[in-house]
Amino acid sequence: MGRYLVRRALFGIFSLFAATILVFGISRLTGDPLNLYVQEGGGYGLTPEQRKNITEYLGLDKPLLVQYFLWIGKAVRGDLGETLLDREDVLPIMTQKMGATAQLALAAWLFAILTGVPLGILSAARRGSLIDYVARGTALLGQALPQFWIGIMAVYLFAVKLGWLPATGRGFSDQSFWEEVKHFILPTVTLGWLGSATYVRLTRSAMLEVMDSEFIKLARAKGVSQFAVIWKHAFRNSLIAPITYSSLFLAGFITGATVIELVFAWPGLGRLALTATVNNDFALLTGIVLFFAAAYVVFNFIADILYALVDPRIRYG
Amino acid sequence: MTATNEAIVTPVLQHDTPRSIADRMWHAFRTLPLIPAIILILLVVVGIFAPWIAPHDPLAQDLSKRSAPPVWYPQGSADHLLGADHVGRDVLSRVIHGARVSLVVAGISLATGIVVGTSLGLIAGYFGGLPDEVITRVVDVWFALPFILIALVAAIIFGASFGLVLTLLALLTWAPFVRFIRGDVLSLKERDYVALARVAGASHWRIMVRHLLPGTLNTMIVVATLRVGQLILTEATLSFIGAGIPAPRPAWGLMVAEARDYVATAWWGAAFPGLAIFLIVMSMNFLGDWLRDRFDPRLRQLHQGHS
Repeated sequence: MGRYLVRRALFGIFSLFAATILVFGISRLTGDPLNLYVQEGGGYGLTPEQRKNITEYLGLDKPLLVQYFLWIGKAVRGDLGETLLDREDVLPIMTQKMGATAQLALAAWLFAILTGVPLGILSAARRGSLIDYVARGTALLGQALPQFWIGIMAVYLFAVKLGWLPATGRGFSDQSFWEEVKHFILPTVTLGWLGSATYVRLTRSAMLEVMDSEFIKLARAKGVSQFAVIWKHAFRNSLIAPITYSSLFLAGFITGATVIELVFAWPGLGRLALTATVNNDFALLTGIVLFFAAAYVVFNFIADILYALVDPRIRYG
Repeated sequence: MTATNEAIVTPVLQHDTPRSIADRMWHAFRTLPLIPAIILILLVVVGIFAPWIAPHDPLAQDLSKRSAPPVWYPQGSADHLLGADHVGRDVLSRVIHGARVSLVVAGISLATGIVVGTSLGLIAGYFGGLPDEVITRVVDVWFALPFILIALVAAIIFGASFGLVLTLLALLTWAPFVRFIRGDVLSLKERDYVALARVAGASHWRIMVRHLLPGTLNTMIVVATLRVGQLILTEATLSFIGAGIPAPRPAWGLMVAEARDYVATAWWGAAFPGLAIFLIVMSMNFLGDWLRDRFDPRLRQLHQGHS
C-alpha cells in the first residue's frame, strides 16, 4: 500500500505541475501578455514608454523558462500577484471567498449522498417497483438536465412564482438560522442533483452485482431475513464505488461551482473566477485555477487512499 | 493477399452465436430505445434543414413582439408558437437553429476527438514501451485538469469564438478514446491473426489499420455515443458562462443565459432551449447505455460517474 500511495502522490504532484505549465503556456501563446491591454478599441491606452517600464517591472523581458519558474516560485510562497484593477494581493481575496464555496460543496455533497445512496439501495432491493422507477427517473433527469437551467427554473418557480425561498445570495450575517438554511436550499439541490444521480446509479449497479453473488444466496438459503440480507450483507459490500466517488464528487464540483455561483449570485470562488474573466484579470483567474487544480489533485489522492482502504486487492497488490 | 487477410479476420469479428444478419437486426430493433432514437433523428433533420423549417429569422428582432408569450396563452399568437424573447426574437426559430449549432459543434469536436484519441490509443497499445508510457501519463494528467476554468483562461486570452469552442471541446474529448481503444488493442494484438499478419510481412501501419482498427469499432461507437451528451452539455455550459459561442448566434446555452434576467416576465425564453438540451442529452445517454450493454458490457464503468 505504501508504494501505491507514493506513486499516486507523485502522480498528483505531476498533474498539478502540468496544470501550471498549461495555464502559463496559454497565457504566453499570444506572445506578449501586455497585448491584452493595448488592444485596439477598449484596452488601457498604454504609451510605448509605459509599456517598456511595465515589461521590465513584470519581468516579461526575461526568457520564458525563467519567467515560469519565477511565477511558480512566487506561487508556492503564496504570492499569486496583484489584481488588475485595485492592485490588491490575490491570495487574501481568494481566501475570503473560499468559505462560501466550501460550505456549498459540503452541503451539496451531503444532499447527494443522503438521497442517492438510500435511493440506489431501495431501487436495487425492489427492482421493478415504483421506487425503482422513481429513483431511476430522478437519476436520469439529474444527468441530462443542464445545471444552470435547473437553477434558473428553480428560481423562477420557488422564488418568483411561489415566493417560498430567496432567489439569490447567502443573506446577511445577522439572519436567523432558518433564514440561512433557506438560502442554502436551492443552490444545494441544484448542485447536488447530478451527484445524487451518480450515487443512485453506482449504488444500484453495485448492489445488483453483490445481490447476485454466492454469499448472498448462501445467506438467503440459511434463512436470513430480507432486511438483514440487504442492510448487513449486501449493503456493506456495495459501498466501494460510492465511497470512492465521494471525493471525485467534491473534485468535480469545480464546474458546478462556477455555474451555480453565477446563477445564484453565491459569493464564492467560482463567481470570483467569472468576475475575473469579465475584468480580464489574469493574475486572479490563474490563482483560482491553481487553487482548484490543487483541490482536484488532493481529492483525487483521497479517492486513491479510500480505494486502497476498501479494496484489499490494491492494499496488498 | 487481400483474400487471405479477410479469411483470417472474418472469424474473429463474428459473434459467439451464429445468427443471420436479418435476425440480429430484428433483435436489435426490438430492444432499441425508440423514443430516444426518434428524438435524435429529429435533431439531425431539424439541424440540417433549419433555415427551411424555422418560421422566422433567428436573429431578427421585433420590439413590438418583445416577450410575446407562447401560443397557448390568451395573448399568444400562432406566429410565435413558443413565444418571443426579450428583444422579440422568435424562440422556436432560435431553438431550431440552435440544433444546428449543437450538431456542428458536437460533430466536429467529436470527429477530431475520435481521430486523435483512436490514433494515440492504437499507437500506445500496439507499440507499448515508451510511447505507451508517455501517452498514458498524458491522458491521466488530462483527466485531472480543471477544464472549465482553463476554458475561461483561454476565453480571456483569445476571446470567445466559434473556433475556440470547437478547439476546447476537441481537447476535452480525445482522452477517453485513448484509454478504451488502448485497452482493446492490448488484447487484440495478442490474437493469432495479428501474429500471422506479421509473419506474412505486413507493416506496422498495415497491422494497425487493417487488423486492429476494425476490432476497436464497437468500443469507438459506444464511447462516442456516450460522449456526445457530455459534449453538448459542456458546450451549453461554456456558452452560458460566456466562454463559449458568442452572441448573437443562437446556441442553446447562450439563449438560456440571455433570457435569464427576463425569466420572471418571459420564462419561455430560457425554458425551451434548456428542454432541448435535456432531450438530446437524455436520448444520447439512453442510446449510449443501450449500445454499451449490447456491444460491450465491459465498458460499464464508463457512464456512471461525472464526465
